[in-house]
Amino acid sequence: MIRFESARKVFDADGSEVVAVAGLDLQVSAGETVCLIGTSGSGKTTVLKMVNRLVEPSGGCVRVNGEDVRGMDLIALRRSVGYVIQGAGLLPHLTVAGNVGLLCRLEGWPAKRTSERVAELLDLVNMPAGEYAERRPSELSGGQQQRVGVARALALDPGIVLMDEPFGALDPITRDALHGEFLRLEEQVKKTILLVTHDMVEAFKLGDRVALLDGGQLVQVGTEEDFRERPANDFVRDFTRAHAGGHA
Amino acid sequence: MRSAALLILAFFLLAAAVPAEEPIVFASKNFTENQLLAEIMAQLVEERTDIPVERRVNLGGTLVVFAALQEGEVDVYPDYTGTGWSIVLKEEERAPGSLQTYLRVAEAYHQNYGITWLPPFGFNNTYAVAVHEDVAERLGLERISDLAAHPELRAGWSIEFMNREDGYPGLAAWYGLDLDVRGMEHGLAYEAIRSGAVDLTDAYSTDGKLAGMPVRILEDDRGFFPPYDCAPLVHTETLERYPELRPLLGELAFTLDDERMQRLNYEVEENGRPFEEVARAFLLEEGLLQEDSAAVEAEALPQAGQGFLAFMAARAPVTVELVGEHLLLTGIAVVLAILFAVPLGIVLTRREALSGPVLAMTGIIQTIPSLALLAFMIPIPGLGLGTRSAVVALFLYALLPILRNTVTGIREVDAAAVEAARGMGLTDSQLLRLVELPLALPTVMAGIRTATVISIGVATLAAFIGAGGLGEPILTGLQLNEPLLILSGAVPAALLALLADFLLGFIDRLLAPRI
Repeated sequence: MIRFESARKVFDADGSEVVAVAGLDLQVSAGETVCLIGTSGSGKTTVLKMVNRLVEPSGGCVRVNGEDVRGMDLIALRRSVGYVIQGAGLLPHLTVAGNVGLLCRLEGWPAKRTSERVAELLDLVNMPAGEYAERRPSELSGGQQQRVGVARALALDPGIVLMDEPFGALDPITRDALHGEFLRLEEQVKKTILLVTHDMVEAFKLGDRVALLDGGQLVQVGTEEDFRERPANDFVRDFTRAHAGGHA
Repeated sequence: MRSAALLILAFFLLAAAVPAEEPIVFASKNFTENQLLAEIMAQLVEERTDIPVERRVNLGGTLVVFAALQEGEVDVYPDYTGTGWSIVLKEEERAPGSLQTYLRVAEAYHQNYGITWLPPFGFNNTYAVAVHEDVAERLGLERISDLAAHPELRAGWSIEFMNREDGYPGLAAWYGLDLDVRGMEHGLAYEAIRSGAVDLTDAYSTDGKLAGMPVRILEDDRGFFPPYDCAPLVHTETLERYPELRPLLGELAFTLDDERMQRLNYEVEENGRPFEEVARAFLLEEGLLQEDSAAVEAEALPQAGQGFLAFMAARAPVTVELVGEHLLLTGIAVVLAILFAVPLGIVLTRREALSGPVLAMTGIIQTIPSLALLAFMIPIPGLGLGTRSAVVALFLYALLPILRNTVTGIREVDAAAVEAARGMGLTDSQLLRLVELPLALPTVMAGIRTATVISIGVATLAAFIGAGGLGEPILTGLQLNEPLLILSGAVPAALLALLADFLLGFIDRLLAPRI
């Protein structure tokens, strides 16, 4: 479970203060997927990064499983929260197995247990270890890299996974295929997921709920139906129409 | 672990370079006559006493040797009264006659620098202006004052002459000259005269090369050049420590007049006889040594008509030794630079505010001319003449490429990879060790290669401060105008640089991360 309680983030830009996130209240319940959406500059990535403290909150409170993240050991926090970014960010000098098993090795797992875990994870993302384990990231397609990125984030079986535009750099066909896999995977592993996207169709498709941010403010949280039937204001109605059309 | 072992080895080797028993160090500047006189004095002391003797000849110019003598880095070297008068004492007025100049210089050195002038050798090696015989004939040049009417003449002055107040600047003012001037290495100036590239140059009145040259010496008709009587200069404490030194070197007083000095110089420069042999012959002739004392081992010099390969073959043992010295100098310097610059570079990527100033500072070091940087090291306590100063100077030169490439390499690591790794929960040191350093390695290695190649090149100048290496034959070759000797240092140095670059490239490919 992730809980934002009046969470704020203020950046210092050449002496003047820029409010990136202004007092956010939001909960992602255990096993739920919430998609954060908004225009660029809306503060959605900042919200995500406050969870694993790549961005330190300036005020309010961010809780992971009830505990204030600021009181937690930074490394332990990050290892307990999976992290997937756009383009995957694989380490180019390590093999697929090296990337996926990196945290297991750092946690001191025996080699055998690590390689079993790597095989298991690669199977999970439909990339059989026998074929892919020893390849380099540069030898993979964008979709394959992204799948390895997901497998890597799941290595230590975290309860929570943060995903920052995980499908943003992919072509539409690959993206659609990965959406299908995401839903199947989610069914299988049941994680609490906070996913940032700028694609309203993707948000409705993947999220149990969608949270729309604008200028650092939460404008509306709800299901696709809420957004279509009960938009909080004209901005929400226009945004939904413009980005997700009139279908469904 | 391995680098720690190398570091210990480096210090061990440096320590081993300093002999336990303190010898008398005979030094010289980088021209034949000065080196020959140092050799004469060194042999005399070596054969007639039990005091251990060391030679530090061929050092880069008056100020380098003078600084070394003052610091007690060297004990004895020959210098000239006129040089002391204008360069060291910086007297504004013109030097008086020979004797007066000698007395006043000797007194001032004794009072101010703790240096004693022993009785002079007897010759006066003053400056002279030498004009190509054909030019002199055509224009009817006899006296220096005749030059005033010919501003079109091209002068190739030695660097020191061009810059000294008692050299060309003073001469030009005294005689009202306005020639087309350029500075060049003295050995090259004669070549330039011979080929007609310049019309006149400065010469020394005892210069052995003058004998075989198509030049005319112009008369100093208005008496500009000061006296340059030559005498041994000794660190005064050395005279107190070894009382037998003063009377022994005193036996050399007034044994050499201009003509005899010129002949000895001629033996070395034109007949290609080794310094050791000419010095020895002179001492035997004077009855200062007996026939039966141990023969001096001579270094091979080129024979007339000898090819480069034959010459290199004859010099192989010497070259191997010089390559060893050269590698030791550059190896220690580069290893120390790596151990210092790589960690510093890492720190700079964590402290962005520091990186600008620190990189600028190492950049400034890079712009100091190599010879000047080497000279700056000599007065620093614990460095002095020789290996240590050279190593420190090379170390300073090697810093910039390694530091800059470490900083650049780490900064250019894919930001997404770093962000993902940080978000996954890698600690700072794991991030550095597992992500940043491996990915920056090819760039860092490129910096190390650059630093190594630069160091191998700059190390040829280490010979100027007596640190040995392949610069020795280059320096001696320039002095004796022996192209083969110059090549015997320059070619191995170039090959060494290529080889080092190739080997490091090979290591680079072994270590580089597969991407």
